[in-house]
Amino acid sequence: MTVTHTSRAAKRPATSGAHGRRPAKSRQRPNWLGGLVSWLWLAVVLIPIYWIVVTSLKTQSNYYLTNPFAPPGDPTLDNYRLVIEMDFPLYFLNSIIVAIGTVIPSVLFSFMAAYAIVRSSGASRFLRGVNSLFLMGLAIPLQATVIPVYLLIIKMQLYDSLTALILPSIAFAIPLSVLVLSNFIRDVPKELFESMRLDGATEWKTLWGLAFPLTRPAVVTVSIYNALQVWNGFLLPLILTQSPDKRTLPLALAAFQGGPYGVNVPAVLASVVLTILPMLILYTVGRRQLLSGLTAGFGK
Amino acid sequence: MSAISARRTSSAAATRGGGVLPWLALPALVAFAVFALIPLVGVLLLSFTSWDTLGEIQLTGLESWRQVLTDPGLPHALWVTFLIMLLSWAFQTPASILIGVFLAGRQRYRELLAVLYFIPLLLSSAAIAITFKALLDPNFGLGAGLGLDFLTQDWLGEPGLAFGVVIFVVSWQYIPFHSLLYQGGVRQIPRSLYEAAELDGAGRIRMFFSITLPQLKYTIITSSTLMLVGSLTFFDLIFVLTEGGPGDATRALALDMYKRGFQANLMGAACVIGVILVLVGLALALLLRRIGGRDPYASQLEGA
Repeated sequence: MTVTHTSRAAKRPATSGAHGRRPAKSRQRPNWLGGLVSWLWLAVVLIPIYWIVVTSLKTQSNYYLTNPFAPPGDPTLDNYRLVIEMDFPLYFLNSIIVAIGTVIPSVLFSFMAAYAIVRSSGASRFLRGVNSLFLMGLAIPLQATVIPVYLLIIKMQLYDSLTALILPSIAFAIPLSVLVLSNFIRDVPKELFESMRLDGATEWKTLWGLAFPLTRPAVVTVSIYNALQVWNGFLLPLILTQSPDKRTLPLALAAFQGGPYGVNVPAVLASVVLTILPMLILYTVGRRQLLSGLTAGFGK
Repeated sequence: MSAISARRTSSAAATRGGGVLPWLALPALVAFAVFALIPLVGVLLLSFTSWDTLGEIQLTGLESWRQVLTDPGLPHALWVTFLIMLLSWAFQTPASILIGVFLAGRQRYRELLAVLYFIPLLLSSAAIAITFKALLDPNFGLGAGLGLDFLTQDWLGEPGLAFGVVIFVVSWQYIPFHSLLYQGGVRQIPRSLYEAAELDGAGRIRMFFSITLPQLKYTIITSSTLMLVGSLTFFDLIFVLTEGGPGDATRALALDMYKRGFQANLMGAACVIGVILVLVGLALALLLRRIGGRDPYASQLEGA
């Protein structure tokens, strides 16, 4: 035991010298199991995605006749045309209104709250209370409270409107947004705040002039994350709206599949592709920040 | 006005409290209070009433509670929820850790993998459910198209199979997210720990169990909390995929609440389920906090 130990230790400088500046990790044996599981699960993830895209380009008759994974012999955009003619642009617009209407206020409010919580650094009893309240909000499944929300919305005479979707979505987005944003605001060096204060800047000015620009990656992360949640939300639109012209995309998708066109699988999948596109664009734009932001926000 | 507030602020900062800062938290607090806190109290109050969504809300004391607690549907829904929670956790956690450790490597192609892994997170549960419903259709889905008999089953028509499908689809949707959490966690483990272990001649497996896993403790707790509390409220996916069926094989609590409330118009009874959901969620969070020795969220706030 001792012998192997020392011989390894003695050999090590020689190996690292020979390999120069290669990173320490690559000297190890490769992680076979991790690699196997990762590649396997990647296939599991990508195969249905590939299938969605390929099938959405097939005609309905081709769908039944050809191998499901074969690329379409003569790709067609007819399914997309059919879906667009079926009021999908309206549902699209509804989803965009609800997403923007939720994301902007929820991120601004959360940022202000996160700033206050970090800056008071536990000195204000009120803010400590607010902070624990939001943390509690993370542990409680807020969806369990949808019936009172439904009652509240009816009493406010907002039932069956897009505002009815926006208001609760803002509230539901706040706890996580405050958590992630305050993690990032805390990383802003204290000296910067101090020098702003010595220059006579108000907290309001410090908030927007210093903290906000410096934590922009976090703001982007939280905004995209909230946009995703709202864009994909299903329960609130299901219970708080009624008329078809107030539908958001996920609800429209479910209605489309459950309706008379549901047997037309390629058309249903074309509608699925259309609903992902905006999020795919958002993701491509903010990918780097989203990935690092999420892991930093949660994983500390 | 601004001069006054400026002076106020500096004095506030000097006394470290009060001043203008609490006001900044007010909009978030008000929004959260109206649409999350009031409903939280409301769900408890409404559970002591009867309301059919059209008529008046009537105070009926423990009537709704009695109705729900004596209904054999409740233990069933609890059992289904518990099974979904347990099985999806048991499947997702080891897979996510393995994938996360692999993705944490600094090789270029692993960055690309991480990018591809994110895709399921862009899809709505409704879209995912619709896709798998079509893929698993016994007549026109994958099995029939490929001519593979073992895939040509009535996936959503048999209780056991439907349950398995729900677990699989949940994992399909969420393993990527948790893998990315673990990737972030692994990257924060100090390299020096591995170098020291390597000097001592520890192998990869030994290092995984004695360095990686213990160091990931808090990531595991955070990820598990999100998984377990999240799986309490799987609604959209089950609603679109199976509607709780076949029979009530996949009728979990959240779906049970919806069906009692918005389909059977028994809002009081639905609120009883809502209260149960809140209590189970809180109990889970507290339990995980106890196991972890600290709050998975609060810890991050106290850190710096």
